[in-house]
Amino acid sequence: MGNVLVFAEHHKGKFPKSTLVALQAGKEAVGKLGGNCLAAVVGSGVEGAAQALTGYGLTKVLVADDPALANYLADVYAAALAQIIKAHEVSLLIATSTAIGKDLLPRVAARLGVGMASDVVGINADGTFTRPMYAGNVMATVSLDGAVKVISIRGTAFDATQAGDQAPVEKVTLSLDAADKKMRFVSFDEIKSDRPSLTEARIVVSGGRGLKSGENFTTYLEPLVDALGAAMGASRAAVDAGFVPNDLQVGQTGKVVAPELYFAVGISGAIQHLAGMKDSKVIVAVNKDPEAPIFSIADYGLVADLFKAVPELTEEVKKIKG
Amino acid sequence: MKTLVTVKRVPDPESTIRVKPDGSGIVTENVKYVINPFDEIAIEEALRIKEKQGGGEVVLVSIGAKVVSEQLRTGLAMGADRAIFVACEQELDSLAVARLLAKIVERENPELLVMGKQAIDDDANQAGQMLAALLGWPQATFASKLEFSADQKSVQVTREVDGGLETIGFALPGVITADLRLNEPRYASLPGIMKARKKEIKEISVSELGVDITSRLKIQKLTPPAKKQGGKKVETVQALVDLLHTEAKVI
Repeated sequence: MGNVLVFAEHHKGKFPKSTLVALQAGKEAVGKLGGNCLAAVVGSGVEGAAQALTGYGLTKVLVADDPALANYLADVYAAALAQIIKAHEVSLLIATSTAIGKDLLPRVAARLGVGMASDVVGINADGTFTRPMYAGNVMATVSLDGAVKVISIRGTAFDATQAGDQAPVEKVTLSLDAADKKMRFVSFDEIKSDRPSLTEARIVVSGGRGLKSGENFTTYLEPLVDALGAAMGASRAAVDAGFVPNDLQVGQTGKVVAPELYFAVGISGAIQHLAGMKDSKVIVAVNKDPEAPIFSIADYGLVADLFKAVPELTEEVKKIKG
Repeated sequence: MKTLVTVKRVPDPESTIRVKPDGSGIVTENVKYVINPFDEIAIEEALRIKEKQGGGEVVLVSIGAKVVSEQLRTGLAMGADRAIFVACEQELDSLAVARLLAKIVERENPELLVMGKQAIDDDANQAGQMLAALLGWPQATFASKLEFSADQKSVQVTREVDGGLETIGFALPGVITADLRLNEPRYASLPGIMKARKKEIKEISVSELGVDITSRLKIQKLTPPAKKQGGKKVETVQALVDLLHTEAKVI
């Protein structure tokens, strides 16, 4: 077994929890399959930022620093990773299934002519991987042939890694040519929010079609979200109806979350929504239809008109929180 | 502009999928099949580009057993001009699919490829990115808005990413994968359905394309997921909050 390389995604030099989760998956892979665990920090002027990853018990923190890597772009980042993989005897590449991970890893795999397993939730000692298919209605055990294996991991399936021995930082030399620089970054329009991010929040409150309008998300759901210090999510139906942006979508084709507490408000519980939240530790459903499928997986179900129940709920939560 | 759109036949997203007792596959009896919902969005976008630019061609391509012609016919009824069907009975991983599609692209020379961001059966979310890599083309995944330059030689794509919207640009040709909010696909009209009957679906064999379609990803076994049991119903908001506070200890 060669080395395990973890793509250490960062946002302007800061490493989100999803990166610490990928490092944990990398260390688990090394524990089961052998090799050394390396991290790759890719960007421009990121050598200082890479220091933040030296205390996690990795073998090396590799830094790929080039002005062309200043903004994330799939073509040039894939070229950089492919070169690192070849130069460092990597046999397994791991990243978390974030928007960047999903965009980047298949491109790297195809460049190397190897296969990839997406959204892995288990790394097995026999070298196989476990991943969901069909919106989580099927769990598949898969193998990958070839000198290099590429996997994206589901962020909810691994814990953030713990501190460990110090690792040295090592700069890697890249040669990026024009053919790998066809894409151009134009702008990033950040959705500003004081709330925790959906995939990292301890509590998530999601609304569905039952909310009936975007205004009702603001009037009814947001006060509860803020009383709980939660992140706000939504079902695909609510996104389809234009109530809230797609960025909030929880489900098979949106974000996958597994918080300690998940509130599903006015959400019937379509298969595709359950795929994104059923691993939450405690699930609460508020829905006026007692037959709604969401109740079949909810730990606590309240059959009620949400327009009455949610404001009451907000008041009760505020009382407890004092 | 000539646009190539990929179409995958998948189980209806509303259908319940069950694993066969021996773990070799899923139960396919009584499962209804549809166009992958994201591919439908991709077809719609290609049609809108053609309508807006007042010319060009929308070509569909699908890989699979003969039955995929049903989905191609639906896409033709929506308004696509013609379709290509690559006959292949064996299961393919995303890399094999991308290799076959790369050959089709070589033959067809489109300026633009529009694909769904993800097929809702294997949920891989790989084929578009892999195809872009094999062709050495730029890619814009999870697209929610496209804006072409006046000369139609380049495009700016707004993408739905974590924490906001990112816009990237590139000169064509390129690969775009459609996210949910790109558009709302039209239904095929009755005249559209009539016209579609006369449109060409050209069949091509894998051997004709001369591509190695060995899958690197092999499915060893399928199992049903662990079932989560539903809990109790509570009568009042007060009771719910009390239980969350004292029993579940989460607030």
